[in-house]
Amino acid sequence: MSRRTSPVIPGFGLTLGYTLVYLSLLVFLPLAGMFIYASQLSWSEFYTIISAPRVLAALKLSFGTAFIAALLNGVIGTLFAWVLVRYRFPGRKVIDAMIDLPFALPTAVAGIALTALYAPNGFVGRFANDLGIAIAYTPFGITLALTFVTLPFVVRTIQPVLADIPRELEEAATCLGARPLQVFRYVLLPALLPAWLTGFALAFARGVGEYGSVIFIAGNMPGKTEILPLLIMVKLDQYDYVGATAIGVMMLVVSFVLLLLINILQRYVAKG
Amino acid sequence: MSTTSTSPQQNSRNAPSWSRLALILSAWAMFIIFLVLPLAIVLIEALKMGVAHFFESMIEPDAISALKLTLLAVAISVPLNLVFGVAAAWCVSKHDFYGKSVLITLIDLPFSVSPIIAGLVYVLLFGAQGFFGEWLIEHDIQIIFAVPGIVLATLFVTVPFVARELIPLMQQQGTQEEEAARLLGASGWQMFWHVTVPNIKWGLMYGVVLCTARAMGEFGAVSVVSGHIRGFTNTLPLHVEILYNEYNHVAAFSVASLLLILALIMLLLKQWSESRINRQLNNGDE
Amino acid sequence: MSIYRRRLSFFTGLLLATVAVTAQAQTLLNVSYDPTREFYSDFNRAFNQHWQAQGHEALQVQQSHAGSGKQARSVSEGLRADVVTLALAVDIDELHRSGNWLAKDWKNRLPNDSTPYTSTIVFLVRKGNPKQIQDWGDLVKPGISVITPNPKTSGGARWNFLAAWAYAKQAFGSEQQAQDFVQRLYANVPVLDSGARAASNTFTNNGMGDVLLAWENEAYLTLKEHGADSFEIIAPSISILAEPPVAVVDRNVDRKGTRVVAEAYLQYLYSDVGQRIAAEHFYRPRNAAIAKEFAEQFAPLKLVTIDGFFGGWQAAQTQFFNDGGVFDQIYQEQ
Repeated sequence: MSRRTSPVIPGFGLTLGYTLVYLSLLVFLPLAGMFIYASQLSWSEFYTIISAPRVLAALKLSFGTAFIAALLNGVIGTLFAWVLVRYRFPGRKVIDAMIDLPFALPTAVAGIALTALYAPNGFVGRFANDLGIAIAYTPFGITLALTFVTLPFVVRTIQPVLADIPRELEEAATCLGARPLQVFRYVLLPALLPAWLTGFALAFARGVGEYGSVIFIAGNMPGKTEILPLLIMVKLDQYDYVGATAIGVMMLVVSFVLLLLINILQRYVAKG
Repeated sequence: MSTTSTSPQQNSRNAPSWSRLALILSAWAMFIIFLVLPLAIVLIEALKMGVAHFFESMIEPDAISALKLTLLAVAISVPLNLVFGVAAAWCVSKHDFYGKSVLITLIDLPFSVSPIIAGLVYVLLFGAQGFFGEWLIEHDIQIIFAVPGIVLATLFVTVPFVARELIPLMQQQGTQEEEAARLLGASGWQMFWHVTVPNIKWGLMYGVVLCTARAMGEFGAVSVVSGHIRGFTNTLPLHVEILYNEYNHVAAFSVASLLLILALIMLLLKQWSESRINRQLNNGDE
Repeated sequence: MSIYRRRLSFFTGLLLATVAVTAQAQTLLNVSYDPTREFYSDFNRAFNQHWQAQGHEALQVQQSHAGSGKQARSVSEGLRADVVTLALAVDIDELHRSGNWLAKDWKNRLPNDSTPYTSTIVFLVRKGNPKQIQDWGDLVKPGISVITPNPKTSGGARWNFLAAWAYAKQAFGSEQQAQDFVQRLYANVPVLDSGARAASNTFTNNGMGDVLLAWENEAYLTLKEHGADSFEIIAPSISILAEPPVAVVDRNVDRKGTRVVAEAYLQYLYSDVGQRIAAEHFYRPRNAAIAKEFAEQFAPLKLVTIDGFFGGWQAAQTQFFNDGGVFDQIYQEQ
């Protein structure tokens, strides 16, 4: 696999070799080990594990809440990106800097903070509780935690694209009589969509695998509020290594496919 | 992005309109609900019993040893991933070869793998029931439930960060400057230190900051391989969980606020290096 | 690149400092379950004094706490525990089964089947008992919210489950009715935490539930930590005698050369000092004389035993908690 563009630039063999060795030792071999471990299962055994009611429930929950959280971020993130790029207003710099907080904050800290906020006797949960709304220990709470943790992704992928869209385009459309919604639909949306999808997919992939922030607020009820990563932990603690590994393999395949889609999308954008 | 706006159209655009005001206000509202509230609650809970108590829980021996272990994990994983990131970015962005996009996807993989899986794979490899388990026991080598396991798990989850930041930056910068240096007779390393490094130093910084933030805060992967031995294999985030489970809420939130402050410092550094990158790119464009 | 070099030397210094810290004194690792944290931190101090008084050098006892099943798994994965002090005998049996970490007859090595203290399961309710919960039968009433951890991962939760089963079996007679009863009980459980401690946190700090099924010692500890003005303890008509076992992990102590101190450590649990510390932390001491000293703090309860009522842990584990067992059935039917 070598076709160099510029023979003058050295270090191809060295850096590629190092990259491959490092990745192999740290990432591929361990992951391959998991596949080998799972390969002691036949397809039908694998299917039996994956289609057990409890696993299916966790699967639906993890993918469902991650999907909704990613969608929510699609809206909130677009709002943030739009406001940050297009307007100058008091506090803009602060918001811009703080958007990345969920990424920099340890997930366990996010978990206990959100639980303290949304538990039935928490600062916000108290009022919700009076209204008869339960937030913590329900799928709603999980969605909230995932929305928090994946907040930066959509904002950060859309921001640069939005900044690059020439305003003349929108102005031209407006001059030609397009209404704001039409401008959005026909001018902005097509330009933003690939970046938006990338951010969405990133948030979704991360949301499916998220653990630390969720376990504190989830309630962890089998079949109701038990997420996939927690189910892996539970299976491990019951010495069910094979079951844990089967779920792990499934999740890994899903995240690889998602990433591949993101990369294809980005290449499509680059060729655009 | 231009900050000075003089053309009449732009002025009219910047004039307050209802939709504009509504969008800004809702952004502020979201900001407060989603970011300020969680942040505030950590500090409020931490300071519930006064400042003295707050500091006491931070200098408690178990907290100190957790801090040391966290710093150790950062100190090992960040430099290793820094070197890896530079190497990976170099071969991906300055050269062309088949299978490049697969390689990029694989570099990204640890980012979207669940941290629990990252822990699980090391248990399957190095646990007593795992592939190398018996061999490790015979040779009296402890990997999981000890510092090496924690470092490995941290390394795994932080692999992509430096590379991810450098690849687009180095692609944007192209290879002309390096080629010029080579043609002027610079050796490979001279070219690297005198041309490439100055060009990417802020990007490097940015990647290192992200990597450090993740390494400090990793919970799931580390939790699987830690063994939770108090004072020995607990990192700061694990220590937060333990305190939280010990009815020691104030201490849990105190240590959490220490992590929060570290995260805020990381954000400041990130913001700073980002602005330097932009400045450098703009200068380069001119 | 002097910055890098300086940073490198800083990191190396840090590394050496950490290594230096870990290299001092003889250490003993006690891998235990959730609610024993406070008890063992006191006991470790007392044992250390006793050990040094016998002319040994200072000992550093390390602690690790989590759900009992999880801890057993960690030890079988290579967590180098010198001693395990878990919630259930079946978790220690598992250590023999997977990897032969200790001998099969570990139970016979210490008095009382290697269970130096006992406990039981009681109810913790909010002050004034607003929902009037007096016995197991009240737990299945509609609108009652019960907090108990997950029996798959928590030892305490398994005792909870079995205590409920014992009540139902005695009250209604048949296995099917007992199963219906526990199914209705678990339908009232809104949160299933992984360990006993997490469950108490859910109940006390996060305000979930009307009643917490708790270890007696955990319930008293909660009263102590939160003040008696927020919670009360209710003793049900019948409960189970929980017997948390202790054992030396043979393979680890032989490798580390810590057998002598590990055995002394466990034996000290049976000494007057050890028994008294256990009682102070609301464990029921085995020593009759010391139990009498603390008689006031433990409500007299009708207690069934795991061996007498359920035919031992292995049988109970298979019937109730293994995959496809009663616990799985009641969750699949919901």
